[in-house]
Amino acid sequence: MSAHALLIDFGSTYTKLRAVDLAARRVVGSGQGPSTVTTDVRIGMTLALADLERRLGGLPPFRHRLASSSAAGGLRMVTVGLVKELTAEAARRAALGAGAKLVGAYAYRLTRDDVAAIERAAPDILLLSGGTDGGNSEVIVANAAALADSALACPIIVAGNRNATDEVTDRLSRRGKTATVVENVMPEFGTLNIEPARAAIRQVFMDRIVHAKGIDQAHDMFDRVLMPTPAAVLEGARLIAAGTPAQPGLGTVLVIDVGGATTDVHSIGKGGPSRPDIVLYGLPEPYAKRTVEGDLGMRHNAGAIVEAAGADAIARDSGIPDNELDAALAPLLADVERLPRDACEHALDRALARAAIRLAVGRHAGTIETVYTATGPVSMQRGKDLSEVDVVIGTGGPVVHARDPASILSAALADPSEPASLRPRRPRMVIDSEYLLFAVGLLAEVEPDAALALGLDHMRDCATEAADGHFSAA
Amino acid sequence: MTKTLVTGVIGSDTHIVGNRILSMALEKAGFKVVALGALTPAEDFIKAAIETNADAILVSSLYGQGELDCKGFRDLCVEAGLGEILLYVGGNLVVGKQPWPEVERRFLAMGFDRAFPPGTRTDEVIVSLTRDFAERERGLTRAEG
Repeated sequence: MSAHALLIDFGSTYTKLRAVDLAARRVVGSGQGPSTVTTDVRIGMTLALADLERRLGGLPPFRHRLASSSAAGGLRMVTVGLVKELTAEAARRAALGAGAKLVGAYAYRLTRDDVAAIERAAPDILLLSGGTDGGNSEVIVANAAALADSALACPIIVAGNRNATDEVTDRLSRRGKTATVVENVMPEFGTLNIEPARAAIRQVFMDRIVHAKGIDQAHDMFDRVLMPTPAAVLEGARLIAAGTPAQPGLGTVLVIDVGGATTDVHSIGKGGPSRPDIVLYGLPEPYAKRTVEGDLGMRHNAGAIVEAAGADAIARDSGIPDNELDAALAPLLADVERLPRDACEHALDRALARAAIRLAVGRHAGTIETVYTATGPVSMQRGKDLSEVDVVIGTGGPVVHARDPASILSAALADPSEPASLRPRRPRMVIDSEYLLFAVGLLAEVEPDAALALGLDHMRDCATEAADGHFSAA
Repeated sequence: MTKTLVTGVIGSDTHIVGNRILSMALEKAGFKVVALGALTPAEDFIKAAIETNADAILVSSLYGQGELDCKGFRDLCVEAGLGEILLYVGGNLVVGKQPWPEVERRFLAMGFDRAFPPGTRTDEVIVSLTRDFAERERGLTRAEG
């Protein structure tokens, strides 16, 4: 019998299992149970395993049993930096790249109100940055002092001006706070260095948060919880994009994950200027970048999508008359687990998903603008140029279970009415129909070649014809 | 203690060569230089100076729009808590043939500690910086002359 791996996602609603045959490099079965992290994680896991066993007609011995988790609110983090666009932004990117859910992001000196808000948010981890190495140390020391005096009990990762770290950790540990020091998120001005902070966040997650959230009660049912689920999705995308020494990947990849509460966008690729004469502006971009749009979710934030996109745009795209839109939205807002029941609800869901994707990719993608100078026009790029992205991967229920996923994903594409937005132009569009990206990301840790083959095999193409409607590509 | 300097070309100005030569000379003279390059908005000088705890900001402008671009620069510094940070400006600061003393006066009135005309040698800037930093340590705003 060939070796198998079991990949587990302790989600907020479900405990999901994927069983993979490592030699054949394919999924042999899936199992699902409820999420029971808030009571006893073992109950949901036992039910999910029973479900998998029933489908497989018995469980194979597993060589690896690896888990990710987004249960119990996910990895809730607060970030603190100095200048909003510099170290504060670098800290945000490190936390998002580590798969965190940001429950607060602060810049400059923390006020009493800020500290009170952080105490109320009660994050799992706080990331404290500020100052380049040898740069400003006053603000990070003041912020450490404010946090030291607070009631905050969570671990603090310090990734700021290295000249200030001794004083920062002294102040924190004197008041009983747990502080871990890593390299600065911005050691030199304009240099982004988020990998050490990302690795530290993951380590604290594995060492402490998994226990704090009660997931390790089921420790005999798996080997390790490796990372938060969004980080596993990012790692899965990274592997599919970059490949392994044995097999090339797909190049540059954009992953769009539309959920009930948020829309996540992951891009893997350098995204640098497409021509040498384009001037790059702003903080350098991470190769693997994740953004989370907390106001764009298909259920918890359906109202916010309508607000952001404009009611008239949603009405036009769904074909629902303006004056009936509120009535059509009401059942979604009342029941966040509701699945579309009739043609009208399907049309509304499609319009909401398209609007969420259009806005989320627009915020993730870079922009290009022409600045007129005395020596002629100059093109200035901010953020990542995604126009040459090779593959767009859609994941999450609203995309995967849609009647026409291509028409929904096409909302991510370049739009002639927004020429400044550097969105994908002619990508291949696929869907993660079996919800495998997290499993690919977990398996990448131990068997990257099998993980890559699995990912490449299970991404299902959807028609690439530009869809109908005004959001579609040229 | 090594002094940190922020350099850059302000506004929609792409003339980078002179600024690059200056930045290299300053580095060679032992300063830590944070070079922002061409096309730098005033706010970015300030943000970089905060994060790097800079001791001086050196603004270059060569396309004749310097006066517009530099308006309120000292106010921005004060607003951002940089207060009395040493501020230099230099280059082709204005359009047309205007007498230098007048141009200099206008930029000093804007809150710059020193203004340098076109053709200034890098050595001159380094001498001024060294003297001004020494004076500041003695509690004066800048060296005379």
